[in-house]
Amino acid sequence: MRTRFKDAFLTAFIAFMLALPLAGARTIDGINGLTVEWHVWDVGAAALLIFLGRLLLDMIEDGFGAFIAPLAFVFGGIAAWLPMPSQFLKTVAILGGFVVAAKGVFTFFSHLRLRRGTEDSRRITIGRYSKNLNLLSFALLFFMLILPFTPLATRYAMDVAIMVLTYIMLAWGLNITVGFAGLLDLGYVGFYALGAYSDALLAQHAGIGFWTALPVAGLIAAGTGFLLGFPVLRLRGDYFAIVTLGFGEIVRLVLTNWTNLTNGPNGISGIPRPTLFGLDFARDAAEGHRAFNDYVGLPFDPMQRVIFFYYIILALALLVGFLSARLRRLPLGRAWEAFREDEIACAALGVDRTRIKLAAYSLGAMAAGLAGAFFAARQGFISPESFTFTETATILAIVILGGVGHPLGIVLAALFIIGMPELFRGLEQYRMLAFGAGMVLIMIWRPGGLMAVREPTVKLQSAPAKI
Amino acid sequence: MDYFLQQFINGLTLGAVYGLIAIGYTMVYGIIGMINFAHGEIYMIGAFVTVISFTVLGLAGAGGGALALMIVLIVSIAVTSLYGWTVERVAYRPLRQAPRLAPLISAIGMSVLLQNYVMLLQGARVKTMAPVLQGGFTLTQRADGFVVSISYLQIIIIALTVFLMTTVTFIIHRTPLGRAQRACEQDKIMAALVGVHVDRTISTTFVIGAALAAVAGFMVTLYYGVVDFFMGFLAGMKAFTAAVLGGIGSLPGAMLGGLLIGLIESFWAGYVNAQYKDVAVFGILMLVLMIRPNGLFGRPEIEKV
Repeated sequence: MRTRFKDAFLTAFIAFMLALPLAGARTIDGINGLTVEWHVWDVGAAALLIFLGRLLLDMIEDGFGAFIAPLAFVFGGIAAWLPMPSQFLKTVAILGGFVVAAKGVFTFFSHLRLRRGTEDSRRITIGRYSKNLNLLSFALLFFMLILPFTPLATRYAMDVAIMVLTYIMLAWGLNITVGFAGLLDLGYVGFYALGAYSDALLAQHAGIGFWTALPVAGLIAAGTGFLLGFPVLRLRGDYFAIVTLGFGEIVRLVLTNWTNLTNGPNGISGIPRPTLFGLDFARDAAEGHRAFNDYVGLPFDPMQRVIFFYYIILALALLVGFLSARLRRLPLGRAWEAFREDEIACAALGVDRTRIKLAAYSLGAMAAGLAGAFFAARQGFISPESFTFTETATILAIVILGGVGHPLGIVLAALFIIGMPELFRGLEQYRMLAFGAGMVLIMIWRPGGLMAVREPTVKLQSAPAKI
Repeated sequence: MDYFLQQFINGLTLGAVYGLIAIGYTMVYGIIGMINFAHGEIYMIGAFVTVISFTVLGLAGAGGGALALMIVLIVSIAVTSLYGWTVERVAYRPLRQAPRLAPLISAIGMSVLLQNYVMLLQGARVKTMAPVLQGGFTLTQRADGFVVSISYLQIIIIALTVFLMTTVTFIIHRTPLGRAQRACEQDKIMAALVGVHVDRTISTTFVIGAALAAVAGFMVTLYYGVVDFFMGFLAGMKAFTAAVLGGIGSLPGAMLGGLLIGLIESFWAGYVNAQYKDVAVFGILMLVLMIRPNGLFGRPEIEKV
């Protein structure tokens, strides 16, 4: 018990020292330069909570999980409801309560399982659930197809759905590079930006519409990925990651500074909307065009355009998802996975490393380019601000959370990561904080990714025992 | 020529800062073979602690003066080192045995976390600090009034950097700690068998790297007078470029790489154009990795199966 106290005290002390300058003394712009707003009591109280939390976590390790978990849960609930002197303290109290509760529940159940002598559930592969997952996927797909015609489809809900679908598409694309081939691409947003600017510039300078620009944008992104990949892919994994990060930054900096072409930080506006076989989605159709509502004989409604966008992105996302799922079963896809598992063994077996890496890299880039073109056409306005490293980190977080096990994983992860903050608007500013913490925690908990228990695409079937 | 000299002095100052940050990257890479993506954020925290301590001292009526400078430097080093230690303990140590990309992803998460932590607590706006140390020497003056000067601050930065780099080189090559570090670098299991405390050695490496980054943050804060929560990203990338340019894992390489990157950036801004100076640095990073992935001083890495 004494070591427990010592441990908890040390943790609280370090946390106090860490937080004291940054959280305890907040600099504010005053009249005569900077002044400081003191929050030392906050930090002290938070340290006390951390002391308590650490002690409880230790006690859970000792086997008191069943008692502590509900207690901590109730504590977190009370903290959420109770008025507190500051937001900071409240966040610490609520988070701490729930973390301790989660740990308690988790430990309690794993102890229970160990006692029963059953297999550790973490070792069960997704393969066992695969059939159910497929069923769930089809149900979800059906729901998404009819979504615009259900009463759920408000303007706001559709906008969120379009956004989530865009991220699903991006994540499925990145999953080819990161998930299948194991190449950590940190410059993914660069290709997204390339696609968006291709669409915008083609429309602005050559008067090319969305449907022609879409494949062109995809090809430009894929081509750039190919050219960049050639020299870069020889590098080892972490070097590769940093070079791609550099690439993403270069794209953003060039877009910001090449004012003649891209209009710099002000961005490009007035990007034309897509048409449906020449039918416009607008109250007044452009010259030589007919309006969709006029053609079908419906009254004009801006929702028609939103629903049109929804189906475009749904089709594009499904295209990428379907392609990547099928590619995985091709020899190329198998080579990717073999390569990811062991590069040297793969090369020893005669797999052309450059070729398969290039394929993965440019295919991922193409998906980003397509998504970028869609993004530009939907927003009608783009600027370099939309293409920062934060975007890459968001997409990467979805891929890591979703894992490579099943395409559905990414859908759920995107719903969680993009959809959750929409539900809790007030917590939006904490989103990136939670991302960062989430990435670290997931890596510690499961270094291969959350749903990364990978089902081998080829499996030896054990023959039924003959008597 | 005068213009060249002035750019050279500015580049040298910048290079000294990059070199100090680059040592953190190179030492960590040398010992555990991972890119500490959050190192730029450690430097940013160093800069923030500097601003906060100066403000607190200033409010207490003790701003300015050599003593105040020393106190701020020590506080900044202490707090930042603690951050370095904690980051390693929390985000990297559990991942020692994990697949190669896991610690890198964890490091990216840590970087995002620290950035947003500082942003939420200290605000997203740029913090401007009143200049603490002004004045300098005029070296030459042309007839048309163009002055080549070196400020006291630039002298301090360069001198402090030279001193710290010598100290670190001494530590690595002459002390028991340095011997332990070099042993861990070669073979961690073997080092543990002959009695080296591997975890503690790795922690110390992170602490040294963070302390140097804190000094860099301190100097940059004095030099430019502005900090913001995002400053670590770009500086970290540049310092990493410096480490790679010099050959990652090599201490003199990191110093030379830092100087080169600082000079390139300064001359590019002075002679080509200032907007694309960051593009130039990233371009160099990519070129170096393509042409000479082992950098100037690096040993070729042979992967054993």
